[in-house]
Order: sequence, then C-alpha cells, then structure tokens
Amino acid sequence: MLVDVSFWVLGIVAVASAALVFVVDSMARATYALALSFIAVGFVLVLMQQNYVGVVTVLMMLMEMAIMAVYMVMYMGMNPALMPMSMVHDKRSALGVAVATFLVLGSGALFVDWPVRRGVPAPDVTAALGEALMGPQMLVMVVVSPVMVATIVGGVVLAAHRTRYDRFGDDLDQRPPRDPQRGGVGR
Amino acid sequence: MLAIPLLGVLVVAAVVLDGVLGARAVGAPVGRALSRPLDESARLLRQRRRAPLSADTLLWRIGGGGLVVAALLMVAVVPLGEWVISDLDVGVVWFNTMDVAVWALVWLAGWGANSVHSLVGGYRFLALALAYELPLMFALVAPALGAASLNVGEVAAAQQGLWFVVWMPVAFAVYCLGVVAFSVWGPFTPPAGSDIAGGVLSELSGVDRLLVQTGRYALLAAGAAFAVPMFLGGGAGPLLPGWAWVLVKAAALLAVFVLLRRRIPAVRPDLLMEVGWVVLLPAVLLQDLVVAVVVAWRG
Repeated sequence: MLVDVSFWVLGIVAVASAALVFVVDSMARATYALALSFIAVGFVLVLMQQNYVGVVTVLMMLMEMAIMAVYMVMYMGMNPALMPMSMVHDKRSALGVAVATFLVLGSGALFVDWPVRRGVPAPDVTAALGEALMGPQMLVMVVVSPVMVATIVGGVVLAAHRTRYDRFGDDLDQRPPRDPQRGGVGR
Repeated sequence: MLAIPLLGVLVVAAVVLDGVLGARAVGAPVGRALSRPLDESARLLRQRRRAPLSADTLLWRIGGGGLVVAALLMVAVVPLGEWVISDLDVGVVWFNTMDVAVWALVWLAGWGANSVHSLVGGYRFLALALAYELPLMFALVAPALGAASLNVGEVAAAQQGLWFVVWMPVAFAVYCLGVVAFSVWGPFTPPAGSDIAGGVLSELSGVDRLLVQTGRYALLAAGAAFAVPMFLGGGAGPLLPGWAWVLVKAAALLAVFVLLRRRIPAVRPDLLMEVGWVVLLPAVLLQDLVVAVVVAWRG
C-alpha cells in the first residue's frame, strides 16, 4: 500500500516536474525542475529495491544538473539567461517530434508482450551488479572508458585556442609555462 | 527523532566554541560567547526579512533551507550505539549523495538572490566543489572497501581492533578536508568571503540567514559524526556505552574543525583545482590501492 502510494506520488512528481522544464521562464528553474524529475526517478528505483542504482542516480543527476546550470547560463549569448526567457524553441517541429516519440515508446510499452520473470533476484543486488560489471561486462567497461576519456580530452583540445607552443615557447623549454592563470601546485 | 536535538547540541557547542575563540582572538570577554547561539538567533529572528528586487524567492529559500535538511539526512544513516534511524544498505553512497546535494543548494542560495556578489559566491562554491568532490568520493571508497560493505554499521563493526584512521590516514585527511569544504568553513570560505561582501550570505537576512548559518554548522557537525563510524571505530571504547563514545568522538572532531578555522588561510578556488586533481586525487587513489591490496591479501 505504502509502496503503491509512493510509486504514484514519485511518478507524478517525475512527469510533472519534467513538464515544468518547458513551462518555467528561467534557466535555473528549468535545470532544477529537471533535477527534481531525475531525483523522483532515482527514488522509484529505490522502491524497486535497487538501492545502490537509485541512490547513485540521485547523486549523479544532482551533480550533473548543478554543473549544467552553470553551462546553460554561460553559453547563452549576451546573457539573457540571467533574465526571464522562454524555454522552448521551434515549437511546431519540437511538438511533432515529442508526440511521435511518445506514441512510439508508449505503444511499444503497451503492445509488446512483457517477458515473464525467469529466476529470482540475487540476495544482494548491489554485489551482483558489481560482479556483473567487473566480470562478464568488463570488456564493455574497458572499451567504453578510454573512448569517453579520449572524447573529453579531444573536445578540450579542439576548444582550447592555446596550444603547448603558447604555453612552453617554440622550443617547448619555457619553465614555468606562460599561463594566464597559475595553477595551485607551482607549475 | 533523537537525532535532531543531538545534532542541535553539537551545532550549539560548535557555535559557542567558535565564539569563545573569536572573543579570545580580539581580547574581548569570553563570557558573552556562551550565550552567542541564543543572542544571534534572537537577533536574526527579530530582524526583518528582506529580499532584493526580482529575487527568485522559491529557489533562494530552497537553497537556504536545504542545508539543514541535507545535514539531518546525513546523520540519519549514522549509527548511535545500537540505534540508527535508517539502516540503509548503501549508507555510504547516501552520505555522498547528500554532500553532492550541497552543490545544488549553495548555488541556488547564490543564484536566487538576484545579486552579483551572491551569484559570484555560488559559482565559487561550484569551483571549489569540482576540486574537492572527487578526492572526497575516493576517500569514502577506502573504508567501504576495507569493510567490504556500503552499510555504515558494518563499516563501523569491521574496525574491531584497528580503527580505519590508523591504516587509512590519507583517506581520513582528505575526508576531513571535504567535510570542511562542503560546510563552506575555514579555508574554504571564499564562497561567503568578505572580499565579495559575504558572497552567498550577502543578501540573506533574518530567519533565512539564520537557517543558512545553522546549516553550515550542521553540515560540519554531520560530517564529524559520519567520520566516527567510517574512520574512528564507531562506538568502540572503554567504560562508556557505544552511543556516548559516538557523541564524544564526533564532538572532538568537530572541535578540531572549529579550532582549525582561524589557523589556515583561505584557499583560492582556482588554485585548489590543481591541488585537488594533481595531488589529492592520486594520493587518495594510491590509498585505495593499498586498502584493496590489503583486503585481497587477507582474503
């Protein structure tokens, strides 16, 4: 009973705050409405007794949204992000895509035959998840993580206008490097 | 429910101790510092509650009021002797989640006021957070690894004989640094620095200011309390019962945090970034490696 009520309350909070993202007129409110939606989803996962996955979802989403708010405000040209502004652009095609996506996913959920449960959950789901990630799925993790790191490093290198020659001089022998701002460990 | 008054007692004690130290530093009579929590609360509760023009009051109040809530949710997983409010199987991750929530709360408190200094303070906190958070996360990994559990009670129970602080000193030091940082305390006060007119605190008045200041002390106290089961052997100790030892250890660590406040200069967020990623993160990862090797070797 309590689980049912919590599930519905969290579900409604998740959907309503996700919709609020497009209703509010402030970047900060939109970002944190989305954060609230993700938090509700995280607690729904906790209701499914996936405590680790649920709590980590809340952790990652809060962190992500805190950073995303900064980027959203930063990348808005001429900084209208500090003023009230509309959160929707290109309304007609956006609405079309949204409705089509909802119909596809919704009909998928309703019309596909749901599989019957095979076996029983492990007594300690967190340990089972860890063993799966570190055992059978290890190859995926080992491939994905260098690709992600390479993407981040590549993105930063492409975005930064200063190269190592700007920092260390033409012969790369300038010590300490010429940086607009010094780091904290004396380099 | 007992957790609220107990956290409150720790907060009041920390405010009094800080007041005594402050009074001694300027040579003022120490007696007045004893009633400082009461005086300051009464002053702020009587003060008119101001808000700047077109402040985002909703987000501002969430940010300001949320700090106390985050601190209470942190202590909810700390075992006090044999009692614990929530014996969550992933309590360590829960604490980590609450300290990440502080990112959002402090930034919202900075943003909501619609004031430049306040917003600069909020951004400064996120800059500090990016520097301290990953070392703090990997510092929390060490005791969980040593105990082979994410349950706070089991981590405390795994320290029979040898406290984790003894063989995980780097993780403990980085953890303490993280606690002081997410409480916007001591060397990590630039988000509320006087050079930007009080930063996130600059526009807060009345009960809003009281809540934020209480929240900072409460986070510091909650961080000290959580260190007890993680590093300081939980309720282990002679003579006294377990719950009393938890309180004594938490109060002692809290006192150290308060004492260090006036001893260490403020850290600039841009300088801490490199220290966090080039020094602290590798150091704490090495600590995790040592713990992992010891755990694997013991079988």
